Amino acid sequence: MADVGDEGNAVSEPLDLVRLLLDEVVLVKLRGDRELQGRLHAYDSHCNLVLGEVEETIFVVDEEDEDEEIKTVSRKSEMLFVRGDSVVLISPQSRS
Amino acid sequence: MENGTLTQSEGKDPSVFLGEIIGHPVTVKLNSGVVYKGELQSVDGYMNIALEKTEEYVDGVKKRSYGDAFVRGNNVMYISADS
Repeated sequence: MADVGDEGNAVSEPLDLVRLLLDEVVLVKLRGDRELQGRLHAYDSHCNLVLGEVEETIFVVDEEDEDEEIKTVSRKSEMLFVRGDSVVLISPQSRS
Repeated sequence: MENGTLTQSEGKDPSVFLGEIIGHPVTVKLNSGVVYKGELQSVDGYMNIALEKTEEYVDGVKKRSYGDAFVRGNNVMYISADS
């Protein structure tokens, strides 16, 4: 399983998929109903991440609203370090 | 761990099961209740998972799809092989 040396394209362990996303725009789902979109500059085995040109989206349930409508709050940052323990999912994001 | 010989002959390690279902369609449920269905690309010892052609279901409703998805192992409740 280990070395399928397809010029580093093979995904033999899950973090290889993250390695292929370096310098790409990714979607990161975090704990606490948050999402980040940004360019992946660096990662490690804990899933600590460094993202650039980041947009964070926070999903908030409006409790006063009877329908408990979900609102989104977003903010941008130039560079962000994310601690790995809050990461849930990382996926490539088609550039918008 | 004490009865090493027993476990050898009687049963398989869970990771053997996971190795067997690589490349197959699976359902992954997270502790948050969110379900991902996709083709299992790989798993590691932390139960980090790489999925292909992934669909995300929240409360049984399909929310989104991802080409590839990396799921951090600590969020995983179970991995199930779809029949």
